[in-house]
Amino acid sequence: MDGIGASVLVVSPNRPSRASVTTFRALVWSGFRRYATYRQATVAGMFTNIVFGFLRCYVLLAVAGGAAGGMAAGYDPTQLATYVWVGQGLLNVVGIWGWTDLSDRIRTGDIAADLLRPVPPVTAYLAADLGRATHGMLARFIPPVIVGLIFFPLAVPARWQTVPLFALSVILAVIGSFACRFLVNATAYWLQDARGPIMLWTLGSGVLTGLYFPLRLFPDWAVAVLWLGTPLPGLLQTPLDVAAERDSPALQAGLVALQAVWAVIMLALARLVQHRAERKLVLQGG
Amino acid sequence: MGDLRAYAALLGGQFRSVTSYRASFVVELFSSAGATALDVVTVVVLFGAAVEVGGFTLAEALMMTGIAASGFVLGDLAVGSVERIKLYVRTGMLDAVLVRPLGVLPQLVLMDFPLRKALRLVFGTSVIGVAIALNDVDWTPARVLLMVVAPIAAGVYFGAIFVISATLSFWWVESGEIGNGFTYGGRDFTSYPITVYSGWFRGLFAYGLGFGFVAYQPGLALLGRPDPLGLPGWAGYSSPLVALLAAGIAAVVWRVGVRHYRSTGS
Amino acid sequence: MIQMKELRKDFSVRVKAGRLRRVKRTVSAVDGVSLDIGTGEMVGYIGPNGAGKSTTLKMLTGVLSPSGGEVSVCGLAPVPQRTRLALSIGVVFGQRSQLWWDLPLAESFRLLRHIYRVPAADHAARLRRCRELLDLDAFLDTPVRQLSLGQRMRGELTAALLHGPRVLFLDEPTIGLDVVSKQAVRSFLGELGRSGDVTLVLTTHDLADIERLCRRLVVIDHGRVVHDGTIEQLHSRYGSRRRLIADLDAPLPDGFEVPGATVAAVEADRHRVTFVLDDVPAGAVVASLVNAAPIRDLSLVEPDIEDVVARLYTASVSGAP
Repeated sequence: MDGIGASVLVVSPNRPSRASVTTFRALVWSGFRRYATYRQATVAGMFTNIVFGFLRCYVLLAVAGGAAGGMAAGYDPTQLATYVWVGQGLLNVVGIWGWTDLSDRIRTGDIAADLLRPVPPVTAYLAADLGRATHGMLARFIPPVIVGLIFFPLAVPARWQTVPLFALSVILAVIGSFACRFLVNATAYWLQDARGPIMLWTLGSGVLTGLYFPLRLFPDWAVAVLWLGTPLPGLLQTPLDVAAERDSPALQAGLVALQAVWAVIMLALARLVQHRAERKLVLQGG
Repeated sequence: MGDLRAYAALLGGQFRSVTSYRASFVVELFSSAGATALDVVTVVVLFGAAVEVGGFTLAEALMMTGIAASGFVLGDLAVGSVERIKLYVRTGMLDAVLVRPLGVLPQLVLMDFPLRKALRLVFGTSVIGVAIALNDVDWTPARVLLMVVAPIAAGVYFGAIFVISATLSFWWVESGEIGNGFTYGGRDFTSYPITVYSGWFRGLFAYGLGFGFVAYQPGLALLGRPDPLGLPGWAGYSSPLVALLAAGIAAVVWRVGVRHYRSTGS
Repeated sequence: MIQMKELRKDFSVRVKAGRLRRVKRTVSAVDGVSLDIGTGEMVGYIGPNGAGKSTTLKMLTGVLSPSGGEVSVCGLAPVPQRTRLALSIGVVFGQRSQLWWDLPLAESFRLLRHIYRVPAADHAARLRRCRELLDLDAFLDTPVRQLSLGQRMRGELTAALLHGPRVLFLDEPTIGLDVVSKQAVRSFLGELGRSGDVTLVLTTHDLADIERLCRRLVVIDHGRVVHDGTIEQLHSRYGSRRRLIADLDAPLPDGFEVPGATVAAVEADRHRVTFVLDDVPAGAVVASLVNAAPIRDLSLVEPDIEDVVARLYTASVSGAP
């Protein structure tokens, strides 16, 4: 599997900005194309996704049903159902799991070829990942949401700003998720193989991003620590809370702003780590 | 006897293979136990937000979670690696397995025996222990027997589900994650009292596929609670029968799958 | 040792017909193959890609069940008696490993002893012989994943022989190997064949394997046997002839002819001539050539099996034998 596009990238020295936009677009397209070829796997993944949607939705609704006032952690049943089904849809857009491209290329030494390209690796991989996310948005997001709509009462957005805010939040979630995965994979530069860190990531991210259940079910102090101290709620919980309209408009906007801060921090960290790794490669020859 | 020694040798080979990467193995051992722990934490957190879920308290639900977790681990440990058959079919490695003088399924299972999942078993059984401590179980000889048999029957049942799901790839190599919907999905389903589900979904998973008899019914029998959904009390003791039925079906499906592979090749 | 009677294997494939419709069609990968291979024979089984070589081999080893016809190996029916048959045959798939990827080679051999239930003394004796003939000692303690392809193939051959099989099936055993490893594998197989206890069936793309090893050559194409015999029979049947190339000190006179030989080419200002020897010894041609022009140099070219087989493939495609 070639990680990023097979097309030869030419950066024109005369018009660098224009050229880099073209390059970026080509890389996004290559990421999209690559995922569009796995059509059967997409269908198979969707089926499983929907089964888990039913399971999570029923359980959360039962929790709300057994709680005082029929609300669980401040969500009413329609909000919970929205949270679950939009979450099942977003899971493959944000793509917190299953990405080992970078660590595979580091292990096999193919990473050297990435360093020869005129595009910084973080940028190139981010572009390809945005392409992957675009494919996920078109192919994997809609079906679970439709299934959810058929079998459960979902909350339809009541505020005009929910839709644009959700779109922005999803983009930030993809970037944040990419940066986290990049960092986890990049441990392979120093460890022999990144299987351990990837396993820990898979383990922790399911719970701490809010996939298994809304993080608000944790005690308040834990919620504050997670939100302020880690990028993880920004990967799923924040866009899902926006979609379910869990909070007031002002608080929603604030949470998305916090998500943006974390996305920028993680991306900068990814660049820094990559830079260090390249220096190590150049000095020690890998 | 000779066969047993051959299988033991295969298992030994797998053991030496995985332990040749000692650091990775230790990380995988603990993170895989962590995965089971998180499943249970999820149950605890969710019950923390409500007084009762589906009409059951946390203590009662843990009885079912414990049986489900132990059973799933047993099944996964014993035959879970059969999932890799997709890879074997796609790469043609299955041919190399077929030219050896041993059964196909035992070879596949032992060649990839997931030793890293062993710690999970400790965790799964300790949840049952906690559930017994928290609930006031009225012990009778039948209940004691059920306590021992139910997790094993659940293991057989999950093993059967693993085999049936994996067999799908003989017909559909790119079936990808579909099997997970039944294996891991089944584990999630059985971790809660089935009263939390409803409609055709509950009907399909609990009675159609039989997941309702894996942890929920034996859990009720141990707790001495009548089934709010109306099945009689003896249903809790039927879990070994359901497991054997599932195993029988799995054996047939597996044979048909191998025959299909034999007639079509990769 | 191996009997096939009208052996067939049909696959049904879905062919695109229109945008969404797919039509089921039956394709015969092996279309009535009858062969009888005796004990100790070394048979080369060749054919172009998709001719049905691997399918036949899979039916002989119990991996695939036939759609029709009869097959028996060592007196056993391969699919129903798979595990019994496995004890009497060895199989080397050039691209699929029988070895344990993460373990040292020696460890794989030890495991195979248990799997095939080989008495320790027999196992040790066979292993000793392979170690000598295949030079395994240098990498016996290396994990398989670190072996070169040539080293691994030598390991695979050993693995296939440790239980003392009566038939050895080799599917592309030299594919991707370097020249030295190819030589090692060939001379080992040659040695094995000379002992006469092991029947050997070999598929390959490298015809040099066949020339070195096999007396008998079976060519299969489109699921049918198009040739079964020795290499010499193949040459005579498909008209392969030797060629004589002569470099002359003076130009060849116009109209020069030798009965029984054809002038195939005249080059280098008529200073070089190529004869195809249809039905005449080379000496006769040289004798008449000496009278026509002084000879500086002579070379005699043996027929090339690759050419013959290539012609055979194209001939069978066009329908002629």
